[in-house]
Amino acid sequence: MAVISNGTTLMDAGAISIAVGSMTLIKTLTASNSATLSFVDGASGVILDNTYKTYIFKFHEIHPSSNDAEFTVNFRDGETAYDATKTTTAFRSYHFEGDDSGLGYQQSNDLAQSTAIQKIGQLQSANDNDSCGGGEMKLYNPSNTTYVKHFQSRYSHHYTNSSPGQIDNFISGYANVTAAVDGVQFKFDSGNISTGQIKLYGIGE
Amino acid sequence: MGLISNATTIFDAGVINGAGAISFIKKLTASNSATLTFINGSSNVVLDGTYKEYLFSFKNIHPAGNAADFGFVSSINGGTNFDQVNITSTCFVSYQTEGDNARGIEYSAGGDLAQGTGQQRLSDNQDTDADECSNGFLTLINPASTVFNKQFYTNISQNMDDPALYHGFHSGYFNTGSAINAIQFAFHSGNIASGDICLYGVG
Repeated sequence: MAVISNGTTLMDAGAISIAVGSMTLIKTLTASNSATLSFVDGASGVILDNTYKTYIFKFHEIHPSSNDAEFTVNFRDGETAYDATKTTTAFRSYHFEGDDSGLGYQQSNDLAQSTAIQKIGQLQSANDNDSCGGGEMKLYNPSNTTYVKHFQSRYSHHYTNSSPGQIDNFISGYANVTAAVDGVQFKFDSGNISTGQIKLYGIGE
Repeated sequence: MGLISNATTIFDAGVINGAGAISFIKKLTASNSATLTFINGSSNVVLDGTYKEYLFSFKNIHPAGNAADFGFVSSINGGTNFDQVNITSTCFVSYQTEGDNARGIEYSAGGDLAQGTGQQRLSDNQDTDADECSNGFLTLINPASTVFNKQFYTNISQNMDDPALYHGFHSGYFNTGSAINAIQFAFHSGNIASGDICLYGVG
């Protein structure tokens, strides 16, 4: 049976015929003084394969357990270690409560063929209980075995309480591997993720 | 015909309610293609007032020739002409080389237009190296408006032949009071060897 509304076929022959939602929540991880939050394909309901060609990680109210900690990401490419080789670029805009502001490239946060963690944020405060960070990271076609894997993040957060203010970080890069990326791990460069959520979505087609 | 359940309208007027804020519309896959073209009303493409915002996603866009710039042109007459819409735009890039010998953020004059009707560049100087490509999004705001000019903005990451990463941000407007009803993507020289472009409507 077909369902037709206002002349438009909504469903027929066992299929929905019109555009429907294409952003699917895959997994939510909630930090509770967690050393890492890791999304691994096939584990705990996580999908990070060729089911989707674009994945989006959303960061909500990320708060560190240690002062001056920087939020990071890394990728695994076939082994268990999160150490994919990356080349990345970084810039940020900032405005502090003392009215200092600026825009510029952030060399300390870029990588050149490095397996190290990629900083996607800068100094965050653990002492300020109301401070946190939020944003998102897109990862393109991680299961592809022909091309490098591009990613783009934007992470805005309250800057460290020694110079309180807002900082808006833009990172882009690629895991310079042709092996599939099947795991993504987030952590602070020191201390734990005290609280916060990371949600993984898949974008259809 | 509508369907109402427990006082909630499930669907009506040809639309399923609450089906999700981002709706997939159309996917075009390149296979050594000269162009990939989305025309409203053609091949199930919707690019009209149904949505106030449209997203184009680019995945693994790979050129057939070296030194190729990916980009788009637009049409107000269903694809009959792609050279009649003025665009004014701005572009900046952040970049870093694999050799760690050059980096920065800078304005990219080559990526902007000033009332230009030619290609709006989305990537710069892509090469045919087997593992290199570009990925990203183009957001188009209310292309069907006949009151305002039409805004767009991008977030594109690409390999460049240094080798390096370029992260490009373009923003601009179609300076026309007519509806934009077709968008065509291509490299400025050579074909699109592979890759796909998906069109989404944002409800």
